[in-house]
Amino acid sequence: MRLALVGLSHRQAPVELRERVAVDAPAAAALAGTLADGCEAVVLSTCNRTELYLATDDVTNPLEERATASLLALAPGDAAALEPLLYRLGDDSAALHLFRVAAGLDSLVPGEGEILGQVRDAFAGGTTGPLLDRLFRQALHAGRRARVETGIGENPSSVPAAAAALAQQVFGDLGGRTVLLVGAGKMSELTARNLRSRGALIGAVANRTLEHGAELAEQVGARAVGLAEIPALLATADVVITSTSAPGFVVDMAAAEAALRARRGRPILFVDLAVPRDVEPALSTLDGCFVYDIDDLEAVVVTSLAGRRSEAVQAERLVAVEAERFREWQSSLAVVPVIASLRAHAEAIRAGELAKAASRLGRLPESDRKLVESVTSQIVAKVLHLPTVRMKEAAAGAEGLIYADVVRHLFGLGEEDQS
Amino acid sequence: MAELLVWPALIGYGEAAFAYSGFLRSQGTSARLGIWGVRIGWLAQTGLLVAQALDTEGFPWGTWAGALNLFVWLVVGAYLIWGCTPRYRLLGLVVMPFASVLLVAAWAGGGTGGSTSDTAGGLLALHVGLMLAGFAGLTLAGGLAGLYLWQGRRLKRRDTGVLRLRLPPLETLDRLSARTALISLVILTTGIAAGLASFDRGDFDIPMATTIAVWALYAAGLLLRREGRIQARRFAVLLVYGFALVVVVLPLTHFAS
Repeated sequence: MRLALVGLSHRQAPVELRERVAVDAPAAAALAGTLADGCEAVVLSTCNRTELYLATDDVTNPLEERATASLLALAPGDAAALEPLLYRLGDDSAALHLFRVAAGLDSLVPGEGEILGQVRDAFAGGTTGPLLDRLFRQALHAGRRARVETGIGENPSSVPAAAAALAQQVFGDLGGRTVLLVGAGKMSELTARNLRSRGALIGAVANRTLEHGAELAEQVGARAVGLAEIPALLATADVVITSTSAPGFVVDMAAAEAALRARRGRPILFVDLAVPRDVEPALSTLDGCFVYDIDDLEAVVVTSLAGRRSEAVQAERLVAVEAERFREWQSSLAVVPVIASLRAHAEAIRAGELAKAASRLGRLPESDRKLVESVTSQIVAKVLHLPTVRMKEAAAGAEGLIYADVVRHLFGLGEEDQS
Repeated sequence: MAELLVWPALIGYGEAAFAYSGFLRSQGTSARLGIWGVRIGWLAQTGLLVAQALDTEGFPWGTWAGALNLFVWLVVGAYLIWGCTPRYRLLGLVVMPFASVLLVAAWAGGGTGGSTSDTAGGLLALHVGLMLAGFAGLTLAGGLAGLYLWQGRRLKRRDTGVLRLRLPPLETLDRLSARTALISLVILTTGIAAGLASFDRGDFDIPMATTIAVWALYAAGLLLRREGRIQARRFAVLLVYGFALVVVVLPLTHFAS
């Protein structure tokens, strides 16, 4: 069976071109259905790539040409610009590419979590047969293994995710922890949503203009308050996210000291996303008070990404192992029909010889005839066992097809059909 | 013959200590090697203690070296409860080098052989066993407090690698160290009571004074923490000082003579 991949990704094409060939899930499924005329087809389309996977056992089917034409047809006006940016891979390289994609190794941020779900969705929407079914299942397995067995997906890759991870480093489980949002900026909203997804409770949104704060408060299930209420709210807030455009400090030393006294030693984490800063830096000298500004968070993200990259080396090894397994499986497909023919041939001989001896065997009791059936079947199975194993082993290497031809020739397989 | 078992125990603990030092670079393999070193070492030491108990009439760990041997076994045994969980494996960085050194000291002092014995019998065994279990727990509490101080320092200094090498959360370390100290204090109290009730210790001596000072330090720390009078960081510092008292002062005062 042959496998072909034609695609366009962030590595070669800018977003202006990628967006021209991007399709949503229903359109991807429809396109796969259209392409699957005499072959298997899956369309994977995300914000970073659009890829068409086709497979068939028909050697005359021009898979690559069909995939290229279909992809370019998505943006007819840009075909000339797109054509040189397309990549075309076949068999082993196509499989390895998909495994790398599923593991997040081909993503903009190594190990990003969304791609595995996107591969799963593409698989679900595709028109698959034996090859693409096996390929995508194994790709999903490789993607899961990369995330479980390496740290490629562990460290946060964005400032909001880093802020939430830091909160977990201080408090552990964030379930029931209270978050105070000071300012209603986009970044603080994203951070609040990240914390909320980990179980934290957004207690209040403090903003200079109450209406603006109320809008965000409604979205995150909190109450809107004015900036004057901050000192009172600090006593109950475990995490404080600030992102106002105020020229001076919104949280000062006196307010923090009073809050820590009221908290009876429980720690408090300040995440200051504002420039100029909202939280007085000297607060970090107080026991139980942890202050991170935007530069600190960005530095944490940079280090985390470096960590992901170093883990990616291990993930690459793992993906290569999975790709090799797929290659072995795909190679074994070449000898499967020969093995099946050989077994059928042997079985036909056995059944024929038993039929010839039927008149003599008919005199035997029923139990003895069954014994003869069983013994002859076992002889055939034992004789064919080693050749079957050896052919499968050879199929994993380069000699698979040679072995298949030799077996066909030696046993005259297929000759009866021809005659 | 029994003493031969000290070698697999020492190799296991030493290997674990070495593997945990590599934990900072690569967590997967080092952690697996570390935890298997702990398990194998602890099983070997358990065998050693059983062999000592069978070979000796009376209580075989009455000397300072014997007590140290038993103490190491209790510390590592208690560590195994948390050490097997990925979150707390890093505690091995503190515990295993310490356990290895103490076991070497116990071996050098003759505490791993079968010749030492004390004929005071079951009551002494109960007293010593409870005291050592209490001190082992306090050692673990000290280790957890050490991790708390390290994690707190990293967060305070805004260490950029704080999410790459993840320690247990600060509040969890604080809660666990306090619970461990509390449970250990209860065991220690029972051990002291057993000692006072069972033996004629004569005058109030330095070992008794040190033991009671350690007990008072921990009791005061736990009480102040419960009342909210000291913060988590100061409580952790107190546990580390208490740990120093346990590992340095107590053996000196108890076994120097």
